[in-house]
Amino acid sequence: MNKLLLSSAQTVGPFFEPALLREDARRNVLTRPETPGERIRIEGRVLDGDGAAVPDAMVEIWQANAHGRYNHPADQGPATLDPSFLGFGRSGTDPDGSYWFETVKPGPVAFDTERLQAPHICVTVFSRGLLNHLVTRLYFEDEPANALDAVLQYVPEDRRATLLARREPAGAVVVYHFDIILQGANETAFFNV
Amino acid sequence: MNHTTIGEIVRGDREVFPPYLYEAYQSTRRRAPTLPLIDVPLTLSELTGPGCAISAITEEDADLTRNAGTGGEAIGQRIIVTGRVLDDRGAAVPNTLLEIWQANAAGRYLHKRDQWPGPLDPNFLGMGRCSTNEDGVYRFLTIRPGAYPWKNHPNAWRPAHIHFSVFGPSMLSRLVTQMYFPDDQLHQLDPIMNAVPTKQARKRLIAAYDHSVTEPEWALGYRWDIVVRGPYATPFESKEDGR
Repeated sequence: MNKLLLSSAQTVGPFFEPALLREDARRNVLTRPETPGERIRIEGRVLDGDGAAVPDAMVEIWQANAHGRYNHPADQGPATLDPSFLGFGRSGTDPDGSYWFETVKPGPVAFDTERLQAPHICVTVFSRGLLNHLVTRLYFEDEPANALDAVLQYVPEDRRATLLARREPAGAVVVYHFDIILQGANETAFFNV
Repeated sequence: MNHTTIGEIVRGDREVFPPYLYEAYQSTRRRAPTLPLIDVPLTLSELTGPGCAISAITEEDADLTRNAGTGGEAIGQRIIVTGRVLDDRGAAVPNTLLEIWQANAAGRYLHKRDQWPGPLDPNFLGMGRCSTNEDGVYRFLTIRPGAYPWKNHPNAWRPAHIHFSVFGPSMLSRLVTQMYFPDDQLHQLDPIMNAVPTKQARKRLIAAYDHSVTEPEWALGYRWDIVVRGPYATPFESKEDGR
């Protein structure tokens, strides 16, 4: 099949905030009051190769609902669709590089016809100096299913920990901490997808 | 433009996508990943995406000449920018959200971090959005942006450009890019544009003047198609999963 040449990516640059993070374009809170599922808060920082905060990044997430179903026509699985939950989030970063989301813990989605994936959230990162966005996944450190997750097996063992969100000591809200390290010793494992 | 190290780490097609490290663009130096990207099988998580669900927008959102809400009109050469969003097999990408942002006619962004002495235009916010129609067609009315000076290297100027953010049907089609204008002498001096590895791929980012889009005594027309990766993948079979 004749394939069309793809459009290349270009950096989001320093001035995207008024457009992409305007009040009705950012989505830190993914849930509505009626959304079923375990409420979680995701917090973390985006850091550069010097360990310095990246204050002008944008983090987007995409996830299944608490039952393990994506709000998308390509997911025809048996899990219940939840009309109150799109599963898309978009956060800017603060001067200290921090971003946050309030969401539900996703249920497991299919890997193939036989196996499920461990619960995870797709993460994309944009910023000035990133000529193309970065793609990775957030997994939950306290999730036993991680050990069998087919995608995690592709990540070299010594880099897997960079994809595990750390559960904070119990508080009023369940918080998972997930730093995104663009470069350096503890560089996040980014995906070629 | 200083020619220095060009990195090996690329996400996607190496003939099309820029490397993360492109030292002539200085901000890449401390932000580019240095370890290999991980090749992973495509799953439902990558073959779905938010693109078909976010499009709650109004018609005024696509008119940057008037969407500042001041009742006044932006100053500058009025232009229509239109085209289609297609996937790599040529299929239209319908009902997907496009968000754009740009400098004003003088090359100044309405942003607290843009402080160069170009004039601001009180009637221009420099941001807009629209959804593609059933045929994948989008259309914006705006003004032609000016060139923008930046501090990347001495006497550095970005060629006139409009930033585009596109969702498309899946996570694979997510794209943030920039549209350039034809016959701009600044193209060859711009490290961001030249980080795109091939002439063919750079050409894909340049809009064409199209007189059939131009409207008499109203606005000049530019046509620019956007091609995103389609939601195609051979289902990953467990038998092939030897790891």
